[in-house]
Amino acid sequence: MTNEWLIILGMTLVTFIPRYGVLALLGRVEMPKPIFRALKFVPPAVLSAIILPGLVLRDGQVSLALDNSYLVAGIFAALVAWRTRNLLLTIVLGMAAFLIYRAVLGV
Amino acid sequence: MATLPAQPTRRSEFLAGMRDTFPLVVGAIPFGFIYGALALNSGFSPLGALGLSLFVFAGSSQFIGANLVAGGAALWVIVLTTFIVNLRHALYSATLAPHMKRLPHKWLLPLGFWLTDETFVVVVGRYNRDDDSPYKHWYHLGSSLVMYINWNVCTLVGIVAGQSIPDLGKWGLDFALYVTFIGMLIPLIKNRPLLLAAVVAGLSAVLFDGLPNHIGLLVAALLGVAAGVIAENLLPEAATAESRPSQPESSIPLPPTD
Repeated sequence: MTNEWLIILGMTLVTFIPRYGVLALLGRVEMPKPIFRALKFVPPAVLSAIILPGLVLRDGQVSLALDNSYLVAGIFAALVAWRTRNLLLTIVLGMAAFLIYRAVLGV
Repeated sequence: MATLPAQPTRRSEFLAGMRDTFPLVVGAIPFGFIYGALALNSGFSPLGALGLSLFVFAGSSQFIGANLVAGGAALWVIVLTTFIVNLRHALYSATLAPHMKRLPHKWLLPLGFWLTDETFVVVVGRYNRDDDSPYKHWYHLGSSLVMYINWNVCTLVGIVAGQSIPDLGKWGLDFALYVTFIGMLIPLIKNRPLLLAAVVAGLSAVLFDGLPNHIGLLVAALLGVAAGVIAENLLPEAATAESRPSQPESSIPLPPTD
């Protein structure tokens, strides 16, 4: 493998630049309102784009079957989040559902 | 969200930021733990695995980076992929920047370095509240620090466990990442345009999963944002009724330069 400290240095730079650079520059100039209106859609879009493939894809294939514990427990967690709006409860009940369901399936 | 005293102080804001981030810290515990174990399996030394958490401090990028290293990817592929995955932080920064433009660089540097999905979701709610507290950046600092310390401690525990428990990564505990993000996503969906943005982005991400360099995530997110903007323009009354509090109309009061 490549020198791991080169990997760490490269990943550090390309992670820090979008975080700090935009913060430092954009705070000094006015942001057009249409861009701001668009930006509020970014968090739900990005989160959903990370979540859905993680739940639905197993080894790169779409799996909508009941033996997909990620999907079943993920739907359960979404229902808990929707009913309670409580993040901690969603995490605890969602993880518990996931581990219990996998134990039942014998995965 | 914790209630703040009538006259917020630096200390009360800092502690409230830590408190409000606590549920997300709990979600990050198994995630950091699994990362530590997986990074060792991928070929990182214990010090290198911890180095990623100390200097990069971006959970999903660290997982993707470790996977690429395990697959023998070249340095430039690893770095470019990390950059693409982390572009979403530029959009978080752009959202926070109007609230933080009065802060000196000694605040922007660390708060920028510590920006994560979790801290963003928590602090954007604090910045958007209408009170005129001059110490909202202390709330931000509290949220950032509790995430950073927790992430590195959990990485360390995962590294130690990974050296003693074989095949830890195969227990399926990566589900912790998804369940945390689900808990963050659902309360964000306050109207139909926001729902449409999430649905379009999620389905596109599944569809574009095979695109190289994890660019599918970025493409899917942009399509989701576009869908949300179009829907908002078609349903103007639905959007304005519920999204007004998130418009940062008022500039924040000048914080003391401390």
